Amino acid sequence: MTDLPLDPIAIDVGNLLHRTVASLYSHLVTRPTGRAVRMAIETQLAELGERSLSLIDLSEVSVLDFSCADEVVAKLLQRYGPEEHTQAYFVFRGVREPHRDPIEVALRRQHLAAVAETAPGRFELLGERSEEEDRAWKILEERGLVTCEDISVLFPDGAQRRALDGLVDRRLVFTSPITGRYHALSRLVAHLM
Amino acid sequence: MSGSLDQQTVEDLLDRVPGPGEGRTLFDARHVRWVDPHGMLALLVAGVVTRDRQSALPRLEVPESTDVLGYLSRMGFFREAQGIFEFDDRVPRRSPGPSEVLLEITPIRANADVHEVVNRVQSRAGAILSSKLGYPPSAVVQFSVILSEVCQNVIEHADGPGWVAAQAYNWAQRIGRWVVVISVMDLGRGFRGSLAEEHAARYGDRWSDATALEAAFLHGLTRFPDSGRGQGIQQIRRQVQRWNGAITIRSGSARIGQVPEWDDTPPLADGLTAFPGAQIGIVLPAREGTPG
Repeated sequence: MTDLPLDPIAIDVGNLLHRTVASLYSHLVTRPTGRAVRMAIETQLAELGERSLSLIDLSEVSVLDFSCADEVVAKLLQRYGPEEHTQAYFVFRGVREPHRDPIEVALRRQHLAAVAETAPGRFELLGERSEEEDRAWKILEERGLVTCEDISVLFPDGAQRRALDGLVDRRLVFTSPITGRYHALSRLVAHLM
Repeated sequence: MSGSLDQQTVEDLLDRVPGPGEGRTLFDARHVRWVDPHGMLALLVAGVVTRDRQSALPRLEVPESTDVLGYLSRMGFFREAQGIFEFDDRVPRRSPGPSEVLLEITPIRANADVHEVVNRVQSRAGAILSSKLGYPPSAVVQFSVILSEVCQNVIEHADGPGWVAAQAYNWAQRIGRWVVVISVMDLGRGFRGSLAEEHAARYGDRWSDATALEAAFLHGLTRFPDSGRGQGIQQIRRQVQRWNGAITIRSGSARIGQVPEWDDTPPLADGLTAFPGAQIGIVLPAREGTPG
């Protein structure tokens, strides 16, 4: 039996840009463009119910400016922040080197972090996070899944466990409401890539 | 006008724009032998201000140099000058230019114009940035982001029309390397006007064009309460610094800049002749050792 009450979806931002904003343009630039794309993503998420995991695919986006990084990444995460009743989890795919700076800047400005695929098959935590959070996230990312029994071995001190739970609160790690197991978001979207 | 109309000489042109009530003005460019994007856009904004102050089209005597005339034509100067200046319409028609033309003079009025600018430079900038400046292939994206943010500044903060242009040159005499020059100018309300409602009271008597420029340029202040705003200029500065480039912004009666060791422009100048809008200049030099 699965312990995952989640049905991850993929949202292709390049495709969304063409369909909803400007069929002639392939770049994610200007704030109104970013806002329109974010609203289109939110419309899709509204149909997913109270708990969702979305793979936001930036692979087809060649230029991403700071305004759009703020709208499409930071404001999207803010909209579904920890205080929201709806549990929305995100993984950003296709974050190539030139995208990285605008996304890092937008996330840090709002004290946010996000899971991102920065090279094929390689995932990183971007944005604002503590050293403990970074370490905890890497341990989980390496294993993909941590059971309750593994916790005391992998995260022996209280600070490390608090960091892991902090990542859950920040929606950077998924914990099963059925088994309490911790899941790396990257593994939960692997079948969509 | 002197023989050179570029980033170093345009302030003289802007300072000398006539006030209201003066007779019809002649812009005499006959002896101009060299012009860059900053010079071209300065001529356009000076022409608009003069036209509006005098309620008549100022006269432009075009350069005698066929090279300069041809270049102005290729950059789309005469197309934009229609309705701003009265000039001899026997100027050369636009012709295919050398590949170093990065971005012809492009009006910025709406977000669609920013998309157009990014689209155009994406197809041209890569080869120039790598072959002339020695930048890595990914630099074309960062270059596009700079243009996008600086053009959005016109739409979101100036609240008035503007122009952008970019070109690559061999600055053999000045720094012995190739450079890319980007110029963006508008005739909107300027940085002081944009920030006044939100921030002037906090500065009290110190509020001026210079403090408004410092607030936006150094501290990322913006008129929007949204904390995600104000990143554009900050991040342009950071990227320009990474490439050892220079950026200056003149607005109202002040000018602020971030300049590397090869540029002797003072970082802040105040008490200039007041001029509407904002004039932004960016110079990106080739990496040292890049063959020209």
